[in-house]
Amino acid sequence: MVQHTPVVGIGQKRSSPRVEAYKTFWRRLRKNKAAVVGGVLILLFVLTGIFGPFFTTGDPNATQISNKLAPPSGEHWFGTDNYGRDIFTRIIHGMGITMKVGFLSVALGGTVGVILGIFSGYYGGPLDTFIMRAMDILLAFPGILLALAIVSVLGGSLQNVIIAVGVFSVPAFARIVRGSTLTVRKLEYIDAVKALGASDARIIFKHILPNVLSPIIVQLTLRIATAVLTASGLAFLGLGAKPPTPEWGAMLNEGRAYMQQAPHLVLFPGIMIVLVVLAFNIFGDGLRDALDPKMNK
Amino acid sequence: MNSVLLEVEDLRTTFYTDDAEVKAVDGVSFVLRKGKTLGIVGESGSGKSITALSILKLLANNGKIVGGKVQFKGEDLLTYSDKKMRDIRGNAISMIFQEPMTSLNPVFTVGQQISESIMKHQNLSKKEALVKSVELLKLVGIPSPDKRVKQYPYELSGGMRQRVMIAMALACNPEILIADEPTTALDVTIQAQILRLIRDLQKRLGMSVIMITHDLGVVAETCDSVAVMYAGQVVEYSDVVTLFQQPKHPYTIGLMNSLPRHDVELEKLESIQGNVPNPKEMPLGCRFAPRCPAATDLCRREMPELMKDTEGNDIRCWIYSEKWEGEAEVIVYGEKRIAESRRTETILSD
Repeated sequence: MVQHTPVVGIGQKRSSPRVEAYKTFWRRLRKNKAAVVGGVLILLFVLTGIFGPFFTTGDPNATQISNKLAPPSGEHWFGTDNYGRDIFTRIIHGMGITMKVGFLSVALGGTVGVILGIFSGYYGGPLDTFIMRAMDILLAFPGILLALAIVSVLGGSLQNVIIAVGVFSVPAFARIVRGSTLTVRKLEYIDAVKALGASDARIIFKHILPNVLSPIIVQLTLRIATAVLTASGLAFLGLGAKPPTPEWGAMLNEGRAYMQQAPHLVLFPGIMIVLVVLAFNIFGDGLRDALDPKMNK
Repeated sequence: MNSVLLEVEDLRTTFYTDDAEVKAVDGVSFVLRKGKTLGIVGESGSGKSITALSILKLLANNGKIVGGKVQFKGEDLLTYSDKKMRDIRGNAISMIFQEPMTSLNPVFTVGQQISESIMKHQNLSKKEALVKSVELLKLVGIPSPDKRVKQYPYELSGGMRQRVMIAMALACNPEILIADEPTTALDVTIQAQILRLIRDLQKRLGMSVIMITHDLGVVAETCDSVAVMYAGQVVEYSDVVTLFQQPKHPYTIGLMNSLPRHDVELEKLESIQGNVPNPKEMPLGCRFAPRCPAATDLCRREMPELMKDTEGNDIRCWIYSEKWEGEAEVIVYGEKRIAESRRTETILSD
């Protein structure tokens, strides 16, 4: 194996350690081809989600009944649906919704989960028991069932889907962060900063949080894939985004009835969901390997 | 000059586990004077580190101080609130730890870590604190401090890291520095450097030091007075010269005998037989009795109190009390001596 370690010669200026660590991380991530593909796809999806709608011609909800269920052609790349709406335009507009649901719900679940986990791990005792048992209760429900229950209580809207998916992401974060916190809490430098008069809040957010960041980053990425899948699942079941919102899950649901005559109605939204989930998953796996200090070289 | 800075009186710390109570520190008393160094010596598990952590109230969740007083400049620290304690820690009383390799946070630069307590206790800006950090690194003898201040812990050697720890501890000119085995994890040449550094800084800054160690060599080199601890209790407490010239407690004598010396030729180094008692099942009488060569039925039956001898040193052993009958023979450095009994006068705790 060729070693890519940068050679530091005499008199050569050495870059700062933070830059070095960053370089190591990049080098490892780049070696993993699948992760690079995943990363590029994610970047593409995000950019499409933000800027796509400005480049597509026309309204995603513009109907053209005379041209309904048209197969893919030069004019309509992905064909049209049962109302004659351009599927390509709808997919592009749906990208923004998918990204929004994915990122926001995980941001919500991640924030709450990380805080619960870090407090649980740091303080231990009854607080730990209480928080972790609550997490166990949430984990006892299959994810989609829990999200379903929450959406049915709150009512079906995109915002509530984000909340529901966020809630069901909380336990995963809480458990991972609690575990890492338990390890870091016992290290001597935590005692040392305590002996220097640091407060609990300071120890938690300044000294523990940065040391448990890598598993959080990996989990964030992997969780987005799950969140996207769950949100689409909810929309497919008729909860969440309501027609005519160009949500991919909802599009699948609408197209289901025409699967025999016009399979492209479900084919393209389906492919897109698979691509997004796959991209986040392989990128998350790559991140995990690149951030793992034990995987040196 | 000789004013008392810290007085620990009858300190008792207990740890609670699921099935037992462990009295890790059981009635420890000592006095720390301004500018002086007190040594606390003992084997692993004798309670010396727990004593230090109790002073700063930094015990783990299952540990509790169940009795005693920690008088710092006339105020009992044990009555302080957590917030008040945080102002004491790192400011008036600082502590350095045994493991310099893990005592620094790997994700921050040395400068950021030193600055942290300066910013907290002295209300300085980030920039001013960083300038002060450089000064502190210079004070503890780190070459090119302006470069080191920007480095991460992994770029420093163990000795360097211990110097950084000392710099952090000294950041706010503490009156007391508690050093918990500061040299145990370092190799011998570095040990001497660190000890010399602590001594020099002590002289320059006029602080008092509590030196916790299991190394009698360190004690001889740095301390003014010494408390020898065994199984959570102080068994002998005297000035350092007396301790080395006339060790009294059989445990102290055992420790001395197990030290290699240049001036006495011995075929084989002595060791103290047996092990430290299980803290969950302490012996009924003297805690050292099961390992003591001079132990009698009295020792096994009743626990001796800490007694003051004619020279004003404290000792916890029946040999030196009025209850002892006959003479006790002890071997110090391969030479038989008669333990001078009945020299004790007052009983400290009654």
